[in-house]
Amino acid sequence: MAVREQELGTRQRTVRLIVERQEDAQSAVYTEEFEVPWRPGMNVIAALMEIQRNPVNSKGQPVRPVTWEMNCLEEVCGACMMVINGKPRQACSALVDQLTQPIYLKPARTFPVVRDLVVNRTRMFDALKRVKAWVPIDGTYDLGPGPKMAEAERQWAYELSKCFTCGACVEACPNVNEKTSFIGPFAISQARLFNTHPTGAMHKEERFEALLGEGGIHECGNSQNCVQVCPKGIPLTTSIAAMNKDVNRYAFSSWLRS
Amino acid sequence: MASTAVNRDFLFRRLHTLSGVIPVGLFLIEHLFTNATVTLGPGFYNEAVNTIQHIPFLHVVEFVFIFVPLTYHGVFGLYVAYTAGYNNRQFSWFRNQLFVWQRITGVLTFIFIVYHLWTTRFSGHEPNFAFVHNLVSNNFNFWFLIIGVVAATFHFSNGLWSFMVHWGITVGPRAQRISAIVMLTLFVILAGVGVDSVFTFRDTIV
Repeated sequence: MAVREQELGTRQRTVRLIVERQEDAQSAVYTEEFEVPWRPGMNVIAALMEIQRNPVNSKGQPVRPVTWEMNCLEEVCGACMMVINGKPRQACSALVDQLTQPIYLKPARTFPVVRDLVVNRTRMFDALKRVKAWVPIDGTYDLGPGPKMAEAERQWAYELSKCFTCGACVEACPNVNEKTSFIGPFAISQARLFNTHPTGAMHKEERFEALLGEGGIHECGNSQNCVQVCPKGIPLTTSIAAMNKDVNRYAFSSWLRS
Repeated sequence: MASTAVNRDFLFRRLHTLSGVIPVGLFLIEHLFTNATVTLGPGFYNEAVNTIQHIPFLHVVEFVFIFVPLTYHGVFGLYVAYTAGYNNRQFSWFRNQLFVWQRITGVLTFIFIVYHLWTTRFSGHEPNFAFVHNLVSNNFNFWFLIIGVVAATFHFSNGLWSFMVHWGITVGPRAQRISAIVMLTLFVILAGVGVDSVFTFRDTIV
């Protein structure tokens, strides 16, 4: 009886999606509408999987299945970031029942689009390399245990460590565009994270140098969109202001010492 | 060295936020309050102007502390406004709206100041009450002054909010929220002082 009811429900309810698509990086952009069966508790990924299972648009024409990226499906990997109803967010944590329909899906165009909803986020990984967002521990001999970190610091630093390079902040930032070379809010926050780590702090000058280089921290215009869209609630604007202070001080004192 | 050219961006941006407050912002406040002396009576205004006219090395002071920083802030500001992306329709949050307004009022203020200098400082007239009264009796000049005063005071107050972030003074969200309230209050006060002076210049008959 319960199964029959659910079946009836499934037949009655559908989900409408309008997807911005393109065959490859060079080809023309077009939109396509889909109508997929609704299931309780489904997320945007489940709706996309439904399209993949039955790649037919709302006019009933068979089409190329929609391509997207995903990995963890529990909002810890950052891979499925896309623009859903105008806001960049993770498709896995975007529950269909909480979205207005039709659901508009677009790729995050601040990045080069590879195909449909798949984007190339290489620029983010390049930015992390620029700010040396890691703790260097490799050596030719055992360096021994590093200095300890105060628990009070660890607690807020842990929040920063939740960044999974999804790119929502980069997509929402008005100062990341074709006229600027801004590395993006996440990279500034990651530089702060590794500058806070006692071992990472041994290389903090290198991170300051990166942040006052091309596309660095000075490109921030305080629109504060980043902190609004961050799926992990990372205090990105706090990180930027804190690093502003440190980078300014570094720039000024190194100028006086030169 | 490759990083010299690159560090120049950082320096230019930081000089831009600094010059907006010191000395340009300070001059704006001085200017608004000098003009506000008109509300005490035309005689007080003429006296205040006369005092300024007798600052030693006035042309040097004017050039170094007003003309150069103001030109730098304005011209570089146009570049900043040009390179910014505007996405307040997609992301309509308060701070992002102010981000857009900061750039709109900046460009408005720039245009206004050019016109303002042309019609006052470089008009060849002696600055005194009669001259300003005559100037603002023209409707276009009057309303352009009102718009200019409101745009300039908004740009300064909101810019001061940004300045506090750029220099790492207000770091956390609570500090930034309080600073926003203070700055918006400052905007209302400064705009009020400026607008009141413009009205007084027009409506006082000697």
